[in-house]
This record gives sequence, C-alpha cells and structure tokens, in this order.
Amino acid sequence: MIMPDMDSLAHPQERRFNPYTENGGTILAIAGADFSVIAGDTRQSEGYSIQTRYAPKVFRLTDRAVLAVNGFAADGNMFVKKVKQRLEWYHHAHAKDMPLRAIARLIQTMLYARRFFPYYVYNILGGIEEDGTGAVYSFDPVGSYEREACRAAGAAQSLVQPFLDNQIYFKNQEAAQGTSHPSHLPLETVLSIVIDSFTSATERHIEVGDGLEIFIALSKGRTLQGMESIRGLQELTVTEDGERLFVMRRDLKKD
Amino acid sequence: MSQQSAFSSPGFDFSNSVRNNFLQEKGMPLPKATSTGTTIVGCLFKDGIILGADTRATEGEIIADKNCEKIHYITESIRCCGAGTAADTEFTTATISSNMELHSLSTGRKPRVVTVMTMLKQYLFQYQGHIGAALVLGGVDSTGPHLFTIHPHGSTDKLPYVTMGSGSLAAMAVFESSWKPNMERSDALALVSAAVSAGIFNDLGSGSNVDACIITATQTEMLRNFVKPNERVEKERHYTFRRGTTAWKSENIRDLIVNEDITLVGATGDAMDTS
Amino acid sequence: MDHFPTNWGRPRNDAFDAYATYPIHQRPYNGPKDTFADGVQRTQQPIVTGTSVLAIKYKDGVMMAADNLASYGSLARFKDVQRLHQVGNYTVIGAGGDMSDFQYIQYILEELSIDEISAQDGHELGPIEIHEYMSQLMYARRSKMNPLWNSLLIGGFKDGKRFLSYVDLLGTTYSASTLATGYGAFIAQPLLRKAVEGREDVITEEEARKILEDSMRVLFYRDARSMNKFQIATISSAGVSISDSMQLETAWSFAENIRGYGAQTQ
Repeated sequence: MIMPDMDSLAHPQERRFNPYTENGGTILAIAGADFSVIAGDTRQSEGYSIQTRYAPKVFRLTDRAVLAVNGFAADGNMFVKKVKQRLEWYHHAHAKDMPLRAIARLIQTMLYARRFFPYYVYNILGGIEEDGTGAVYSFDPVGSYEREACRAAGAAQSLVQPFLDNQIYFKNQEAAQGTSHPSHLPLETVLSIVIDSFTSATERHIEVGDGLEIFIALSKGRTLQGMESIRGLQELTVTEDGERLFVMRRDLKKD
Repeated sequence: MSQQSAFSSPGFDFSNSVRNNFLQEKGMPLPKATSTGTTIVGCLFKDGIILGADTRATEGEIIADKNCEKIHYITESIRCCGAGTAADTEFTTATISSNMELHSLSTGRKPRVVTVMTMLKQYLFQYQGHIGAALVLGGVDSTGPHLFTIHPHGSTDKLPYVTMGSGSLAAMAVFESSWKPNMERSDALALVSAAVSAGIFNDLGSGSNVDACIITATQTEMLRNFVKPNERVEKERHYTFRRGTTAWKSENIRDLIVNEDITLVGATGDAMDTS
Repeated sequence: MDHFPTNWGRPRNDAFDAYATYPIHQRPYNGPKDTFADGVQRTQQPIVTGTSVLAIKYKDGVMMAADNLASYGSLARFKDVQRLHQVGNYTVIGAGGDMSDFQYIQYILEELSIDEISAQDGHELGPIEIHEYMSQLMYARRSKMNPLWNSLLIGGFKDGKRFLSYVDLLGTTYSASTLATGYGAFIAQPLLRKAVEGREDVITEEEARKILEDSMRVLFYRDARSMNKFQIATISSAGVSISDSMQLETAWSFAENIRGYGAQTQ
C-alpha cells in the first residue's frame, strides 16, 4: 500500500512555469443618474502575505472615465498602461477625449485580442456618458461586457454583489403600498453604501483591507451639492466647464 | 470467486486516503474544514509561562469567526494553543484534558506538562498527521515551567519561546529580536502581545484580537481579548427593513386560543388534596 | 511571496501543504495534468539562488541589505557573492532568486548605462527609470514563458526624492516604505514595518542601519539559506555607497539549558 505522502514521488515534479498569480482585493462601481462612483481597496497580497498596503487599483483615464482593475496585478498595470496609451493616441488624432462607450468597446477588443493568453484581470469602467448619464461597464477577462447600474468584482465579489443587488436594485425588497423603488439613488446614499460595502468586506474577507480609494465622476454642470466638505475629498479635474472628477481616500482595517 | 480476507493486514491502513486521492484527482473537491490559520505563541519568563493567540478563524479566504478562543484548557495549570483544523485542535485538547482529569483523579497528583505532551504526541502519531492539530503546550507543574510545540505528525520541540501557525514566522521574528531569559511578567506579556500582533497585522490568516494566558506556580490568569486593536467600525447607514419588505405568497392567520367546553363529572366542588 | 524559489510561479493547493512543510525535493504535484508537457519547451528552474533582500526608506534616502551567500539547493555553494549592485549614479538593485539570471540582468543594465552615457544628452537614469525598465523586462520575459527567476528590490535617490520598489519574475510590482523578498517577506518585513511605518522622515542613518542589522540577524537565525556575512547599501543625496561585507554578533547561549525535545531531562 502506498503511503499518501509518498505517492507524490510517483508523479514527475511540476516543471511548467505558471505565468499568473492572484493579488487579492476588491473593486466596485455604482452609476447614478448624473454621476458615477468607482472604488477599490488598496491592499495588494499574495497567498497569506501583504505585499503592500497601498497599491492603487482604480485609475483616472479621462475627466469622465475611470477604470478599476482587479486580479493579477502585473497584468492589470500593463493593461491600464496600454489603455491609456490608446486613449492618448485617440486624443492626438481627434483632439478630444474618447467617449465612455467607445472606451468600453476598446477595452473589449483589447481583452479579446489576448483570448488565448488572457490578461487575468476583471475590469470595471465607470464614468459619464456623452448624454450626461452615469454609467458602469463591467468586463470579464476575455472581453465580454455589459452596461450596468452597479457591479462588484474581485476577491469579495461574492460578499458585496448580493448586498448591492439588495440595496441598489432593491432585490428581495417589496416597495411600500402605493410607492415604487427609486431607479437612481442620490450621491450621498451611494457613497455610504460603497463605504459600508468595503468595511463589511474587510470584516469578513482576509484579502480586503488597509485603504479605500473612491473616485467620483460628476456630469457636466452638476455640483457636489453640499458634499464639498466630506472627509478626505480631493478634486482631480483637468479641464474647466466639463465633467468633474474627485477622489476620496479612507482607511480600512489593517489585520 | 475468492473472498476478501477476513484478516486485515498488519500495520496502518491507508485505503481511505488512496480513495480520497483518487476522487480528488477526478475533480471532487474535499470538504473544506474551518481552520485557524493562526498565530499562536508561547514564551518562558521569570515566574512561568505566557501563551498568546490571535482570534481569527478562517474557511479559505473567508473569516468564519472574528473572535474565537484558541487557548484551550487542559488542566488548571496547563493550557494549549491550537492551530490548524479547528475541529481537530478542539477535540484533541478536549480529549486529552478529559484524560488528564481522570489521570489526576487516579494518581492523586497534579498532572505534569510532559504527561500531556506525551499523550498528545502519541495520539497525533497514531493518526499519522491526518489529525491536523499544530499545538503550543505550556504549563507549570511540580517540576517547574515547561513549553512545547507539537506538530500534526507527532513530533515535539522544547524551547524557551515558540510560535506556530501561518503567522509563526512573523511572531518568531519578534521573539528572536527581543526575547531574553528571566523576563519580568509585564515585559514578557508585552512581548507576547507584540509577537501575536506581528502575526495579526502581517499575516492574512491571523487577525482581530490578542488572547493571552499567564501561568505561574501559584495561579493561572486567562486574559481573554487582552488587546483589541481591530474594533469593528461604525457603518455609514442603518440597514433596518420596513415591516412588509419581504414578499409573501399567501396569508394565513390562525387563532392559537382554543376554547373548550368542560363538563365536570362527579365533581363536588372539593379542592384537590395536595397535602 | 513564496519563500521557496523552486515553488515560484507554480500553482498552490490549499488541500496539501498549506504551510509549505514538505521537503523541497518531494513537493506534492498540484498542477493540472498536461499530456504534452514532455514535448513542450520546459522552462528552467532556479539553480544557484540568493535568499532575502531587505530595504527601507529613512530620513535621508534608502538603505538596503543582502547577505553574500549563493546556495545550490541546500548546499552553501558560493559565500562571497555580491547581491547588491549599483546602476548609474542614483540606484541600487538587490536580487534574490537565480544568480545567473541576476548576472544577466547586471549585464543588460550595464549595456543600458553605456548607451545612456554615450548619448551625452544631459539625461541620467534614475531609480524610477531603472525600475520601469526592469518591470517591463521581467513582464516581457514572463509573457514569453521564459522568466528571469528573480525577485528584485530597486532603491534610489534622485532629485531630492527617495524611491523604493519591487519587481519579480511575474512582472508584479509594488512599493512601500519597507520591502523584503524571499524569506525576508515573512520574517523581516513584520519587524521592518513596526520600526519604519509612519517614521520614514524621522529615522536617521544610524537608526536605519540598526533596524536592518537587527532584521538580518533574525534572518540568519531562522532562514536556513542565509549567512552571517552581508552588505548594506545606502543611497542618499551623497550618492550610492555599498559597504564591505560585515558580520554580526549572535547569541546561542539559550541552547545550553535545553535538554532534549520532549520528556528528557538529561
């Protein structure tokens, strides 16, 4: 009889190089009527080790487009770099920023181009459409995509998405007699839900924590409506008289 | 047709693990056990032993319990920290604790730490590592303070400071840089707390609070949640649901009050004799 | 990070060996079965390896440390190997993992520096550029399924700014005020974080040196592929300096009181 620990000797030793790893963390985005919120935690990990407590997963592409990437960090950074390069070329060719829905389609083709050696990355693109509405596009690693009102991805997707389904889409919630659920929530509520999603995911998922970075894209002409003084807010907008972009940083638990 | 032999072959029987390996190769996932992916430590000081543990229990990458107890009772002056499969650490320590109680009743003496260590290692060796308990055993008996680690396969170590679990390297680094012989109680407690904290903040398998247990010749002090550096933050919103939020298919209200007509038979109205 | 270089880049399996307790030569086979594996080009594994590199930011710049050992499996094969390497005037690159790949990297960076100097365009390569170059190189090699089997720390000081960042055989990058590769990520990093986090602008050169020495001592105690002979590199406004090899005081007196591993008393 073979001892269980010995039968490993019977197999040839694993020699193939695995070009992927998983770096943890979670991202999420929620679209409002005239704004979009894109967020991610800042912990980067491998196995049981924290590599760094601050590695951004959410990136400004233009004043109205923000991309969150999650999965294999090296692929993610390379992918963002290539998307930014394509957007710069577009800007030089057309003297304007690429519209959000076009960026979404560009990301699809860029992901599918690597169908047989994929970028191991889940992308969520958030921002403002040309018609001024807030939008969220979510992608799988090989480019299948969809426009949605909200999406969570990454390590704690299975914890956060059901919460968003319940709080944003009002799944499993009956409206009171004679009323109906709102189709879009105000910015203040959405920000609270985003923060609570991450503090909750930090409580129950080992790979989520350390810091939270929230990008807020506002439609042209829309103001923060009294939220200017909110803790940790900073404006990133480059152009005047266009869409405005903000980032907000918060601490998460570090254990 | 030949019958299977009625006699089992001598020695260990691994037919079940061969079957399990076969099933796993076919793609059947084995059931996931709760594990305490853990930082547990112990160190010797002037008056005895201090044990320390974090309080996180995980199921894969999900935190199953944010404040579990990993310092288990063996006897009044002997305690045992457990890392590995939660059920295995709980049951082995409980079993040995029970046996030690019987042993001490039978001998009329206070149990010794080496006895516990020997029983644990023999028990674990019998199961050839299939009981996934990695233990830090500490206590004070008539022969003085003793500290051991016991690995799942039954091997033991005897050292002045020890760590176990996924955070063992982080915690050991703290001991290696700061432990000294014959430390004062307060210094030793601070060191144990620092070692466990190193695990809590650097190892994803460890988290939440620090438990400590100080065992001296005269008393045992269990410091449950000695440090709480990871309190749950307050949520931004309150998630209470309006009455009537949950949809229903049908409504059926039943009256639970049952009315009965009672006819007294042969009653004279005398009170029951309750004397 | 996985501290066994032979395990780098291979799939892990939680069902077996969660704490890497198997000896290196009989690791359980965790990966998927590939019938054609024998016919496919097989990528190398590390042969002569270096262990941890440590680095921290301090008040005046960046300080790094690495020992002088290159191991051949469990054999302490070469005991006078320099694993901290100066590139240009502002940067030090420290390497763990395969030493022949590291020597190749040194060669590549030497070529790069020569090209850069001959251009005479007034530009000089700083740590940021060298890290970017190395991460592109490492990522490109992993994408060709022919990785350079290293984890690198790149530290530097240029234009009044400190820089410290990591890149490995997968092209994974990150930066922090304290970094450690190999076993150092498990053993030294907790000590470094406790000593440095939030105090980057306060720590003096002497303090920084002490922090690294204390961590190197602990690594020598606990990393079986380490050696008590190491170098420290400082990169500040004064430029780059890599020390001569040095040794640390160690203490083993605690062992005198230990008797056996179990019930033994004599």
